[in-house]
Amino acid sequence: MGEDRAGGDGGRGAASFETRLAAARSRQGLDRPETSSGPAEVPANALALGLRVGVELASALAVAVAIGYGLDRWLHTRPLFLAAFVLLGGAAGMLNVWRLVGPRAARGRR
Amino acid sequence: MIVLAAEGSAIDALGQFRLGHGLGEVGGAVNFTNSNEIMLIAGALILGLLYFGMKPRAIVPGRLQALAEYFYEFIYNMCLDQIGEEGKRFFPFIFTLFTFILMGNLLGLFPYFFTFTSHLMVTGALAILVIVLVTLVALRIHGLHFFTYFFPAGAPKLLAPLIIPIEILSYLSRPVSLSIRLFANMTAGHVMFEVFASFMLMLAGALGALGYAMALGPLVLNVALMGFELLVAFLQAYVFAILTCIYLHDAVHLH
Repeated sequence: MGEDRAGGDGGRGAASFETRLAAARSRQGLDRPETSSGPAEVPANALALGLRVGVELASALAVAVAIGYGLDRWLHTRPLFLAAFVLLGGAAGMLNVWRLVGPRAARGRR
Repeated sequence: MIVLAAEGSAIDALGQFRLGHGLGEVGGAVNFTNSNEIMLIAGALILGLLYFGMKPRAIVPGRLQALAEYFYEFIYNMCLDQIGEEGKRFFPFIFTLFTFILMGNLLGLFPYFFTFTSHLMVTGALAILVIVLVTLVALRIHGLHFFTYFFPAGAPKLLAPLIIPIEILSYLSRPVSLSIRLFANMTAGHVMFEVFASFMLMLAGALGALGYAMALGPLVLNVALMGFELLVAFLQAYVFAILTCIYLHDAVHLH
């Protein structure tokens, strides 16, 4: 603080106050660094990301199995739709995970 | 003593999620559960925070007003950033969703309180509400054009029979993953609390003085876990709200 005041000669003007305030703020770490202004990410520490990937995979598969099983029950075609939808559900789960962790372009839609 | 120890050794980690009756006799008669009770408390707390927080209308806010304003601005900015200019229209919905889930998560951390977000029925209902709203918004804005959402532009037509079912399944898996994420996080945290707390009782009961000393271990773990669970409570409410925003963005802008 002391050396700042000594540095600005006649430093009572508004501009000098602003610069000193900014310097003091950055010294104390009060200003948050500018974050990239893209669409905000869901905060991803490793554990949360791992859980999310697992949930995405499992939920797509669960929906697919439910639909496949339901169609089979309805049309009496067991295990035709179940088998088909398990494969599709796995693919949909992969798609979900790809949207989650893939390169920026793939994340357009989530 | 041995019988007691044997009985105590069965860890009833899921008993805390059992539904009971709230509000005494009256609650029992109309099937008003302890889960509903906490929901009402959560709602009342949010309304109270907003009402009493904003009552002074001070230019320099006090603590309560600062908290209310912070929540408001936080969600307002989230809506604007994620959805765009149209996000203002969805602000009340997102704000309600976020504060309700946040209060549910936080109240669940108090002893004797019920965690209503630890029930898949509750989170599932919230997620279905979100996905139905998102679909209706998309249909309202884009009409039947909405269904092109399930076929990315430029993909080879030949692959349509494969891509469309996969995209539809991916879309339908959203409410499932949304609800399971919140439910699993809250349930897992509370089960861990219960397990570590049971360790303490078992150690103290089985090993006497040495057990009391060793019980400090799980106690320290539980204290640390409480901090972690506070973080999870905020994080999961935030994740639920922001994913809703992202889905709404997709609905408003399609691709």
